[in-house]
Amino acid sequence: MPQVFKPKANTLSWLIMAGIVVVPLAVALFGIVYEHSANATRVDLVRDQPVPFSHKHHVGDGGIDCRYCHSSVETSAVAGVPPTETCMTCHSELWTSAAMLAPVRRSLSANAPIRWTRVHDLPDYVYFDHSIHIAKGVGCTTCHGEVETMPLMRKAHTLTMGWCLDCHRAPEKYLRPLDRVFATDWSPPPDQITQGVRLVQAYHIEVDHLADCSVCHR
Amino acid sequence: MSEAVAHPAAEAPSGATYLPRDATYGSITRDIAAPVFAPAGWRWWTAFLVTLALTLVMIFAILWLFIEGVGIWGVNADVVWGFAITNYVWWIGIGNAGTLISSMLLLTRQRWRASINRFAEAMTLFAAAIAGLFPILHLGRPYLFYWLVPYPNVMTLWPQWRSPLVWDLFAIASYIIFSLLFWYTGLIPDLASLRDRARTRFGQLVFGAFALGWRGSARQWRRFDAFYWAMAAMAVPLVISLHSVVGLDFAAGLMPGWQETIFPPYFVVGAMFSGFAMVVTLAVPIRWGLRLETFITPAHFDAMAKILLMGSIIMGASYATEWFLAWYAGNVAERLVTQFELSGSYAPLYWLMLLFNVALPQLFWWRRTRRSLSAIFAIAILINVGMWLERLLIILNTLSHAYLPARWSDYAPTVWDWALLLGTLGFFTFLFVCFVRLVPAVSMHEVRQLAHAQAELEDDDAVLA
Repeated sequence: MPQVFKPKANTLSWLIMAGIVVVPLAVALFGIVYEHSANATRVDLVRDQPVPFSHKHHVGDGGIDCRYCHSSVETSAVAGVPPTETCMTCHSELWTSAAMLAPVRRSLSANAPIRWTRVHDLPDYVYFDHSIHIAKGVGCTTCHGEVETMPLMRKAHTLTMGWCLDCHRAPEKYLRPLDRVFATDWSPPPDQITQGVRLVQAYHIEVDHLADCSVCHR
Repeated sequence: MSEAVAHPAAEAPSGATYLPRDATYGSITRDIAAPVFAPAGWRWWTAFLVTLALTLVMIFAILWLFIEGVGIWGVNADVVWGFAITNYVWWIGIGNAGTLISSMLLLTRQRWRASINRFAEAMTLFAAAIAGLFPILHLGRPYLFYWLVPYPNVMTLWPQWRSPLVWDLFAIASYIIFSLLFWYTGLIPDLASLRDRARTRFGQLVFGAFALGWRGSARQWRRFDAFYWAMAAMAVPLVISLHSVVGLDFAAGLMPGWQETIFPPYFVVGAMFSGFAMVVTLAVPIRWGLRLETFITPAHFDAMAKILLMGSIIMGASYATEWFLAWYAGNVAERLVTQFELSGSYAPLYWLMLLFNVALPQLFWWRRTRRSLSAIFAIAILINVGMWLERLLIILNTLSHAYLPARWSDYAPTVWDWALLLGTLGFFTFLFVCFVRLVPAVSMHEVRQLAHAQAELEDDDAVLA
C-alpha cells in the first residue's frame, strides 16, 4: 500500500495540535486585552459635541466653580448638565455674535435644550449617586481627572467596575477634607493613607460593606 | 503481562457467550467496519431525516428562548428551575454512565465491555454536551455565562468559589474534555484500521489524519495501554465527583427536601442507573440497525440487566432513606415536603416514578426477563422516563412546597418546555445517527483482543483435556 501522507504532513499535524491549545488561549487573551483597552473603555476619547465647550477655558482660565453649572451635584444622584440659560448668564454679554456659540443662541430662542453627547455614561444597572460621594469627601478630579486642563471633555478614567471597586475597597487612598472636594489643584499629600484612614472614620464610612453588590446594584 | 490479564475471558460468567466461536480478527473488523463503508440504507436515512427535523425544533426552541427570554417557559417566581434544570440533571446523568461503564468495567477486567463501551462513551459525550447547554439556557442573560470563568476582567470580580454553581462549571467542562479525550484515545487504533480499509483518497486522508500515524507496533500498543488505563483510573473519581457536584447544587441549597447528606452518592447511583438504562435503550436499535447481533449478544443484555437491578435496589433504598430521615429529623418543613411528595399536586407522577425506578426493574430477578430483548428494552425505556420524573420531582416538590406557605405554587410546563426536551432528544439521536456512520460503533481492537483471549482459553482447555 502506498503512503497516505507525505513527510510534510508531520509538520502540519504538529502545528494543528499546537493550534488546538494555542488558538483558544490566544482568543481568550485577545478578549481580555481588548476589554482593558481604550477601544472598549473609551478612556481619553474626545466625542463630537454641538458646541466645542472648553472646561480649560471656563474652569482653568476663568476659575468658575464646578457647582456653578453642575448645580445639583451636592444634593442629587446626577450632577446636572446646565440649561442654556446658565450659559447665557455670561454669553448674553460676552461673545454674543461668535459663530461658535450659534447653537447656544438657537437653543435659547427655540426653547430646546442643547443635545450634548454624554462622555461619562454608566450602565443603567449601576445606581451611582453624586451627592453621597461629594458628602463623603470624594473630590471631582478624583473621578473626572484634571478637567481644568481639558479643552474638550474626555474620560480621564475607565469607569469600569474594577475601577469603582479600587476605591470602594480602600477609600482611604482617595478621600480628602470636605473643603477641598471642589478644588481643582488638590493632589494627595505624602501622608494620604494616614489622613485617609482618619477621614474614613470621621465620615463614618463602613468599608466592610462598601463593596457589597447592593451598594451599587439595587 | 500478569497471569490475571492473560485469561480475561475466564471471568465471563459460565455459559455466557459474548462472541461467536468462529469469529476471526478479519471477520470482526469486516463486520464492525461495514456500516462505515457501506451505503446508507433506508433505515439510516429515515432516522437521519426524522432526527434532523427534531434538531431543527431544538434550534428553533433555543432561538425563540434567546429572543423572548425564560418567560416562554413554565417557570415562575417560586418554581424557578422547571424543565431546564431537570433536563440538565437527567442528561448529565446519562452522560455519566458511558465513562463509568467504560472505565469501571475496564478496571475490573470485564472484557464484555468491548462490545458496548464505544457507543456508551459516544452517548456520554453527546449527553454531556447537551447537558452543558441547559445551565446556559436557563440564565436570564445567557450571553454572560462566561462570568463563571475566573479571568482577569475589568470588573475585578472573581467567581463565588463557595457556590456549587461554580463547581458545576468546572465539573462539566473538565468532564466533557475528559470524555472526548477518552473516547478519542480508544478510537485511535480503529481509525488506523479504517484508514487501511478506506478505498477513497478522502477516506484515507480523514481517517489517516485522525489516526495520528498509528501503525500498531508493539511500542505503540504498550504506550496506548499505559495511557488508556491511566485515563480509566482517572475517570472513576472524575465521574463520581461530577454527579456529586450536581447533587451538591441541590444539597447546598438550604431547601427542605434538598439539604440532605445523601444527595451526592444518591445522584451518582441515579446517574449510573439512568445511564445504563440509556445504554440498553441504544444498544437494541444499534444492534438491529447495524446488524451487530454477533457482537452485542443476549449475554450482554443479561449483564446490563443485573446492573440495572442493583441500581433500582439502591435507588429504592435512597428514597426510603429520604422518607425515614424526614420523619426522624423531625423538621416540620421537611416532613411537609415529604407529605406533599407522596400525596400533593405531583403525587401521581411520584408514584409512577417509584413504579418505573424501583418496582418494574425487580422483574430482572428472573432470568427469563433478562434474556427477553423486548422486556429489557421496554423496562429500560420506562427507567429513563422514571429517572427523568425523579429529576423533575426533586425540583418541583421542593420549590412548590418550600418554607413559606405564601410561596406554595404549582408548576405547569409550556409548549416551549416540551419542544426543548423533545428537540434535545432528537439532537442526541441525530448525533448518534451520524456517529454510527462515521466511526465503528463497537471497538474493533478490543473485540479482537476478546477473541484472542477466548482462543487462548480454548487452547488451554484443549491441552488440559
